Amino acid sequence: MSIILDHVSHVYEKDTEMAAWALKDICLTIPDGQFIGLIGHTGSGKSTLVQHLNGLLAPTDGHIYFNGQDIHEDGFDKKELRSKVGLVFQYPEHQLFEVDVFSDVCFGPRNLGLSRKETELRAFQALRQVGFPEEYFYQSPFDLSGGQKRRVAIAGVLAMKPDVLVLDEPTAGLDPKGRDEILDQIAALKQETGITVVLVSHSMEDIARYVDRIIVMNRGSVLFDDLPREVFGHVKELEQVGLAAPQVTYILRTLRAKGMAVQTDATTLEEAEREILRALGKPAWEGLC
Amino acid sequence: MLRDITLGQYYQTESVIHRLDPRVKLVGTILYIISLFIFNHVYGYVAAALFLAVLIRLSGVPFRYMIKGMKAIVFLLLLTVTFNLFLTPGEVLVQFWKLTITKEGLRIAVLMAVRLTFLIIGSSLMTLTTTPNNLTDGMEKLMGPLKKVRVPVHEIAMMMSIALRFIPILMEETDKIMKAQIARGADFESGNLIKKAKAMVPLLVPLFISAFRRANDLAMAMEARCYQGGEGRTKMKPLQYRKRDYAAYGVLGCYIVILVVVSQIGMAV
Repeated sequence: MSIILDHVSHVYEKDTEMAAWALKDICLTIPDGQFIGLIGHTGSGKSTLVQHLNGLLAPTDGHIYFNGQDIHEDGFDKKELRSKVGLVFQYPEHQLFEVDVFSDVCFGPRNLGLSRKETELRAFQALRQVGFPEEYFYQSPFDLSGGQKRRVAIAGVLAMKPDVLVLDEPTAGLDPKGRDEILDQIAALKQETGITVVLVSHSMEDIARYVDRIIVMNRGSVLFDDLPREVFGHVKELEQVGLAAPQVTYILRTLRAKGMAVQTDATTLEEAEREILRALGKPAWEGLC
Repeated sequence: MLRDITLGQYYQTESVIHRLDPRVKLVGTILYIISLFIFNHVYGYVAAALFLAVLIRLSGVPFRYMIKGMKAIVFLLLLTVTFNLFLTPGEVLVQFWKLTITKEGLRIAVLMAVRLTFLIIGSSLMTLTTTPNNLTDGMEKLMGPLKKVRVPVHEIAMMMSIALRFIPILMEETDKIMKAQIARGADFESGNLIKKAKAMVPLLVPLFISAFRRANDLAMAMEARCYQGGEGRTKMKPLQYRKRDYAAYGVLGCYIVILVVVSQIGMAV
């Protein structure tokens, strides 16, 4: 089970004066069970890339393989692919349409032709997985708060039981609390079910805490594709393409520049704290404050 | 997906036609359409075709791009032609079963097809070379005199420009929602008519909601900037005729004169 992108390019408005290269010769492998952060500045091609993963967009050049099969070959079941690779769009709450939350979540599994019982079971599970409170199951989705709407929309994709979950900026427009809740929920889901998650974002802070691999996109190409700590080592290059390393990286680097013997490759606050304590020669249980 | 519809969309490039005052293009288009329906001699259409060809050439819009936009109305065209072909009474040419093709019918069908094609190409040339804002500006200016008889010219122009401005936004929105629903296994293509109509619900409900939300936001934004109609409102770039616009009016006049002359000759021959 894996997705392979083989020299994929995509041009919008081909053959007109407005032709724009959104993707240039992308080669990637997305193996099973990874938690991947896809990061890039606005217009770097991340959204275009993820729409290739479930066959919504066809590459202008190159091939995409899902489990070894070319997804744009004749006779390939796209519907099956879309149930296996679940894509949650940006502002997914804009796609809600049913009279109540529960039927909206049922939409996906029902389209797969599942029995009523199975459909409802999956919808129920999906809503539970995103932490949606049960007393609101039969409310109109339009009466919910922004964060809750988003949960419902994500559940709508989860109910199809995908093997790969792709989320395009799932935290855009949410307050810090809502953001952390959604991200924690996704991380918990990943822990629980072991599905592959691709998280698109333009904020390193969001991603750093959760993922085990970061792909940095710039102008339609892959700039870095590595472990978080390796990617954050390239602070200069990241800044050049309009991104930034997490704040802890900057703090550790400043401390080091001031003469403190710390390693600068910590990616989360907890790791950084441990590292500073180590450099100060204090035991870890004491804490900094 | 929906990006294929080019009818009525602005095509960005540099050309004489693009730079013309929108009023010239509006008047020109209207005159051109009228000319198509007044002069019905073969020579007249040759002249109209030549005129259009020259204009397209000058506009720098690829012909292929224009034709791509025409595909959407081929059905309408076929319908008109079919009705005219079979339902016009007159001298019978061919008859089979209950359908008859008459000489007059054939003539009118061909005429209608040519007229409609030219009409559509002609008017899409205007929208392809004029930004929606310019277009409504021109309209507001042209309809200016109607203000005296209490026609809310500015409000009409404002509504038009908002409507035009929203076409690409709503198209993009449709595209996005469609993709989102396809990602959830929705199927917009297969099935019979009823199934297809039912499949539109997950697309239309979010689309309407978003349209209302946008309308609301826009009204709020206008209010916040103290919009209160056209009374005393000035423009940053007021429309002003330049030399090339007068020249264009001259060319337009020549076209009409040539058409009249050509038709007269045609009649005489």
